[in-house]
Amino acid sequence: MSLFSFLNKRSSAPVARERLQILLAHERALAGKSDLAAILQEEILAVIARHIAVDREKVQVKLDRGNAVSTLEIDIEMPEQPGASGAAKVPVRN
Amino acid sequence: MAKVLVVTSGKGGVGKTTTTAALGAALAQSGKNVVVVDFDVGLRNLDLIMGAERRVVFDLINVVQGDAKLPQALIRDKRIDTLSLLPASQTRDKDALTEEGVARVIAELREKFDWVVCDSPAGIEKGATLSMRHADAAVIVTNPEVSSVRDSDRIIGLLDSKTLRAETGGRIEKHLLLTRYDPARAARGEMLKVDDVIEILSVPLLGIIPDSEEVLRASNLGAPVTLANPTSPPARAYFEAARRLMGETIDVTVPSEKRGLIGRLFGRKVVA
Repeated sequence: MSLFSFLNKRSSAPVARERLQILLAHERALAGKSDLAAILQEEILAVIARHIAVDREKVQVKLDRGNAVSTLEIDIEMPEQPGASGAAKVPVRN
Repeated sequence: MAKVLVVTSGKGGVGKTTTTAALGAALAQSGKNVVVVDFDVGLRNLDLIMGAERRVVFDLINVVQGDAKLPQALIRDKRIDTLSLLPASQTRDKDALTEEGVARVIAELREKFDWVVCDSPAGIEKGATLSMRHADAAVIVTNPEVSSVRDSDRIIGLLDSKTLRAETGGRIEKHLLLTRYDPARAARGEMLKVDDVIEILSVPLLGIIPDSEEVLRASNLGAPVTLANPTSPPARAYFEAARRLMGETIDVTVPSEKRGLIGRLFGRKVVA
């Protein structure tokens, strides 16, 4: 807790403003469309399932929305082949 | 010609009912024939804020379903005779509202009044969408706080797509009303500023209602704040907003309490 963090604590409104601008830009772009992450997850899984048996319970989806680049991370565990678990990273929008 | 106005926000607790009562009363106090309509079926509160909770016999659902005639359900305000209330039902749920029934009631209200002010329930479900369905104009009530601004943005999207005007190629008139605003905190960078909210939502400003003890006092008494204390800062802000709704062009100010010497010195120190 330095003097600097004390000064920063006072002025939280600019942070609120920036967070809202980023969030609403994304939400407006997605308005009326169905959940992009869910669609990508389903289609990517369907492709993989054609070749490998995938346990639906062992699929992790992470979305990180940034200012310039967003990352969609789909982590699929493949228990049949030990050590073969991999992550597919798909940039979705900028 | 009658104008249908919806008071909406998405988020609950930001001041929709307070605003409906205060704007409705302010319009009526300037001589307009006004009805305020509660669309919050199952959780009605406009009757309580207006001080008419003991006079409710029939409600919006009764009229929508044809169990009562509109004049039977309307409650005339005891203080201003140009102000009426159409309460919501407390025992039914929102599914009792039908698209056709609401259309019929709104059409009938348009014939009787200059202003039909609809108090939307929180959320984006049936009650909220039906309350905005027939609106010519909308007042979007927003607090200078992130979740309220986000929900307002969502509601603006619905106003531009799901209202009758939007669906028939027209535009709904949108107005931003910033409530619970604290100019001193905004000046210190602790609260979103008016300009921040206007820029983020891109909706013209109808008014700024300062955070004030008078709003709670008015609700305790069962009177719109413009009646309970007409010279208080929030009441003055609502009167100004009502004048803008009626087409007047006046500068937006943040009314404040008249302060004594100590208050003035303190106020200046904070702003500087």
